[in-house]
Amino acid sequence: MNLIHFLLQNHEQVLELTLEHLWLVGISTVLAVLVGIPLGIMSAHWPVWNKPVLGTANIIQTIPSLALFGFLLPVPWLGDRADRLAILALTLYALLPVIRNTYTGIRGVDPAVVEAGRGMGLTPRQLLFQVELPLALSVILSGVRVAVVVSVGLATIAAAIGAGGLGEFIFRGLAMVNNQLILAGAIPAAVLALLADFGLGWLEKRLRPR
Amino acid sequence: MRQTSDYGPVIEFRDVAYVLPNGQPLLAGLNLQVQRGETLILLGRSGSGKTTSLKLINRLLIPTSGEVRVNGAPNAEGDVIRLRRSIGYVIQDVGLFPHYTVERNIGLVPRIEGWTVERIQQRVEELLQMVGLEANLASRYPHQLSGGQRQRVGVARALAADPAILLMDEPFGALDALTRDQLQREFLSLQQRLGKTVVFVTHDLREALRLGSRIALLEAGRLVTVLSPEDFLRSKDPLAAAYLHAFRDGLDPAANRGAS
Repeated sequence: MNLIHFLLQNHEQVLELTLEHLWLVGISTVLAVLVGIPLGIMSAHWPVWNKPVLGTANIIQTIPSLALFGFLLPVPWLGDRADRLAILALTLYALLPVIRNTYTGIRGVDPAVVEAGRGMGLTPRQLLFQVELPLALSVILSGVRVAVVVSVGLATIAAAIGAGGLGEFIFRGLAMVNNQLILAGAIPAAVLALLADFGLGWLEKRLRPR
Repeated sequence: MRQTSDYGPVIEFRDVAYVLPNGQPLLAGLNLQVQRGETLILLGRSGSGKTTSLKLINRLLIPTSGEVRVNGAPNAEGDVIRLRRSIGYVIQDVGLFPHYTVERNIGLVPRIEGWTVERIQQRVEELLQMVGLEANLASRYPHQLSGGQRQRVGVARALAADPAILLMDEPFGALDALTRDQLQREFLSLQQRLGKTVVFVTHDLREALRLGSRIALLEAGRLVTVLSPEDFLRSKDPLAAAYLHAFRDGLDPAANRGAS
C-alpha cells in the first residue's frame, strides 16, 4: 500500500526515470543490433571470423557489469557523460546474444534452399537479403529479445555511475535502507522487462517461417 | 558474354579433375561431351563423382584442373551469375524457398531478371500447366504441398527463364515409386516438346534406361563408359553388367530369398 502511495505521489519522477531507462536500453539495443547482426553474418559466412568474434563477445560478457562501468569511466569523451558510458557498456553486453543468434539463424537455414538459390544465379547479396535473413529472422529476434531483457536489468546498475534510470531509486533506497524506494525502482524495471519480453516474443512468433 | 554456337557439344568436360581442399580426389580425368537436345545420364553410386560433375557445370564447384565448356566457351569466363541463370537447376531436396508462395518460387529468376509483373504472372500460369499443377496452387506455400507437387514446382522454377540447359540431381529420388513413375513419364513428354539439353544424375538404373539418350557410368571419380540405353543392356563392361545383374535380381522374387 505504501509503495503505491509513494509511486503515485512521485509519479513525475517515476515517469522521468522510466523514460531515461528506456532511452538507455533502446539506444544500446539499436547499436547492438547494428553492430551485432553484421558480425553474426560475417561469422556465419566466413568461419575464420567465428572464433574471434564470438570469443570476444563471450569474454566481454564475463566482465562484471559494475567493473565494466568503472573501467570505462576514465576514457576521454565517453567518460564525460555518464549516459554515453552506460550506453556503450550496455551495447557491449547486448552484443553476444545478437551475434550468436544471427550466426545460429543463418547457419540453420536449410542447405538445400541456399544451394538452390546459388544454383539459380542469386547473387550473394540477393541470397542474404531474400533468403538467409528472412529465414533467420525469428531466431535473430529471439536474440534481440534476450538482449533487451538483460539490458533492462543491467541498466539499473548504470545509476551507480550517474547515468540515471530506475536504478536511481534502487541505489537511493539501498543508501537510505528504504525498501519502498528500492521497490519503486525494481518493480517498474521488472514490468519493463516483462513487457519487452512479451512484445518481442509475440513478434518473433509472427515472423517464424512455416 | 558467352556466345551460343549451334555446332559442337553444348557442354564439354576437358580433362577435368576435382580434388577436395583436404586432398581427397572426387573426380579425375573426366572427358565428356553433352550434345544439344540430349538427356545425358550420370549414373553411379554415392561418391562416384556424379553430383560433383553436375556442380562443375554451373560452377557451384570449380575444377582443380581442366576446364568445363558451356556453349563452346570455358564456363570460367564471363559472369558466373549470368551462367547460372541460363542453366536450370533441380535438386533432390528441391530447395523451394519456404517463405515464398509457389508463384513467387517459380517466378524467382524472371523477377531478379527484371521481367514485368504481367509477364511473370503469365509465365507462372504457363509453367504450372506445363508441369501438371492446378492454377489454384499458385498462392500456396511449399509446406502445404505433397512431395510430388513440390518437385513439380522445382522443375517449373528451373524452367522459368526458359534455359537451354537443365541440370537435374536425383530430382525424383525422394519420391514414392508411383509418383516417381508418373513424374518420369511427364519428364519424357516434356522433354519431347521442349528439347532441352539435360544432364541428369541418378543411381537408379531403371530411371537411367528410361530417361537417358546416353548413360555415362561413373565409379570412384572416373568415367567408366558412355553408352546408349540399348548398348547398356548388351554391354560386356563388368561394371555395367553388375548394375544390370543387381537390377534383374531386384525383379526376381526368388533371387531375393536365396532360392535361385
